Amino acid sequence: MLVSLFIGCYNDLMFPRTGQAVVRVLERLGHTVEFRSAQTCCGQMHYNTGYTREAQPLLQRFVEVFRDAEAVFAPSSSCVAMVRDHYPKLAREMGEAKLVAEVDALVPRVFEFTEFLARKLGVEDVGAHYPHVVTYHPACHSLRGLQLGDIPYRLLNKVQSIRLVDLPEREECCGFGGTFSIKNSDTSNAMLADKVRTILDTRAEVCVATDNSCLMHIFGALHRERTGVRTAHIAEVLASTEKEPFE
Amino acid sequence: MSVRVGQASEARSFQEAAPDSLENSQLRHNIRHATHVIRDKRGKIVGEMPDWQQLRDAGSAIKAHVMRNLDFYLEQFEANVTKAGGHVHWAADADEARTIIRELIEQHGSKEVIKVKTMTSEEIELNPELMAHGIAPYETDLAELIIQLGEGQSSHFVVPALHINHLQIQKIFKDKMPLQEMGISELGEKPPELAEAARRYLREKFLRVKVGVSGANFAIAETGSLVIVESEGNGRMCLTLPEVLISVVGIEKVVPAFQDLEVFFSMLARSATGERMSPYTSVWTGVNAKDGPKEFHVVLLDNGRTRVLEDDEGRQALHCIRCAACLNACPVYGRTGGHAYGAVYAGPIGAILMPQLQGMEHSQSLPYASSLCGACYDACPMQINIPEVLIHLRSQIVQEKQSHIGGKLSGENLAMQTMRKVFQSETMLRIAHKLARIGQGPFVDRNVIPHVPGMKAWTQTRDLRAIPRQSFRDWWKEREKAGKSGGRP
Repeated sequence: MLVSLFIGCYNDLMFPRTGQAVVRVLERLGHTVEFRSAQTCCGQMHYNTGYTREAQPLLQRFVEVFRDAEAVFAPSSSCVAMVRDHYPKLAREMGEAKLVAEVDALVPRVFEFTEFLARKLGVEDVGAHYPHVVTYHPACHSLRGLQLGDIPYRLLNKVQSIRLVDLPEREECCGFGGTFSIKNSDTSNAMLADKVRTILDTRAEVCVATDNSCLMHIFGALHRERTGVRTAHIAEVLASTEKEPFE
Repeated sequence: MSVRVGQASEARSFQEAAPDSLENSQLRHNIRHATHVIRDKRGKIVGEMPDWQQLRDAGSAIKAHVMRNLDFYLEQFEANVTKAGGHVHWAADADEARTIIRELIEQHGSKEVIKVKTMTSEEIELNPELMAHGIAPYETDLAELIIQLGEGQSSHFVVPALHINHLQIQKIFKDKMPLQEMGISELGEKPPELAEAARRYLREKFLRVKVGVSGANFAIAETGSLVIVESEGNGRMCLTLPEVLISVVGIEKVVPAFQDLEVFFSMLARSATGERMSPYTSVWTGVNAKDGPKEFHVVLLDNGRTRVLEDDEGRQALHCIRCAACLNACPVYGRTGGHAYGAVYAGPIGAILMPQLQGMEHSQSLPYASSLCGACYDACPMQINIPEVLIHLRSQIVQEKQSHIGGKLSGENLAMQTMRKVFQSETMLRIAHKLARIGQGPFVDRNVIPHVPGMKAWTQTRDLRAIPRQSFRDWWKEREKAGKSGGRP
């Protein structure tokens, strides 16, 4: 299958390793990945901060880039939630019937990475090997937005040599929330402090999630406090094999 | 008409107020404990319901129907209240409602009233109005009594004294109650002892005071009945013992028929306190010569609600049945408590209700007091899509700011406009990547940025990952050149 990668603006710049990891996983499973370089950003940051009008041309661009793709996947549940939950409404606000039709046709073909593996490709065992103690933080958009349920756990449970440790109070937001982490940094930090406490309580080496945005936030405190716990996108865990560790 | 919702128009912004709460260890402890206890109970008791989602669908469908036909149901309600011997008053705003209620009390020459816990009364600031005219309002809900005696502030609209623990309550009672007169020589710290003190303090008022004031959870159009659910029975005392009863009710509280209560009763107590049913449910209709108050007044309160109704997207805020499940679920509320919101209605629902009721010039910080984590939407029995409305309100705030030069030139707007432009061109994006990589140079310390000017809000507590040498798109380009890619046909 030819699958189109939407990397997400912050992964493109800040987390290229995650992109390399998803490419490796899908190619290992026998699929062909394409990257359409005209892609930029889904518009989530603008939209969620109230810059609705500014998000409109970004929606337009996303549709232009991907309208003829067979399937699009992104290693970010929040970008996919932007497309799935908000694009149909935003397109209608823009008032162009053609765009609305294109959005409605495209949205069902856009998937989050782990969702794509489990629901679209029907794969749980991707042949990964990751000899580390891992705890999984369910990103809010993966949990309540896309309702991925136990998909990430099913994928992680099939990884060889991994030791998965349950994260207490895992459904609590880490406090990132995009511009929330800046506008309400005190409250955001209070939320992050509790998230970090629960992560440290697990004694895990690595905190894993479907979104680098949460992980960037969690890493910020884990590193500042020199806890020694690192963060990794779930794709990087799944990309890792015994012969070729992805680290 | 001037819509005012409590003191919100004079309140500090959420960002300014939150640190006071965040730094209060006792408050943090109390709020975390209380919200988690209610949350756990709710989770367990909601889990018993196999048809929870169908109930949510039914509840929001009834509410949506009522909002579309509010004029019809309100007039039907008015006609049926009148037929049953009650009196209906229409109040456009807080001032009108206060005046109507005060004058009714004055007509009966009463110098005191007993009150059932009512949020509309908080909304219109009834107590200060009454006290200014020499009328003493006595709160009879235990938590409201604690707040009133302690001269504190409610932090939660279901459990107002959530932020106060039993030791603090003991102190308030010792300081403010005439314990000797009440026959209590030594007040202990145990909840039953505190409840006993409150019972003795209140019972004498229930028997003496001639005027009661209440709100209502539901107003039934087909019968003209009002409904109150509560835990203590003190509400029922106020609804049955006085000679005169005045109920101040938001116009959105009307439901078409008695049978609709089946849906709401299945969800309200479960969502609010994690109980299957509220211990006391009172329903009354007009007056009855043989029982209860001899005179009954309903004050139907608008105070901004019809304005909220005009907004197709925001109007779902009016579906709220005030269970506060969203407060207990919210990670922001769970850290700051209610005071930081500076609002009668705190938490996620307050963040969408307050700015809409009062007009967008007030409470502008509230729609941003959320990480949009969605826990509120999940918890809401009426399925109010709070995150969606928060974004909708943020958009109104941004557009209002962009309508004047100061807002246009704000750092945030300039940054957002720049990024929009950058994201509209691949060439610009590549240039921006390069500039960011060069720009971070002086601040990078072993792959992280521990401090960068202008980003203090992030870096004062969190390291920032440095931008790596190569972006994903550059890596892909390199790979394509090396001929490894499947690429685009």
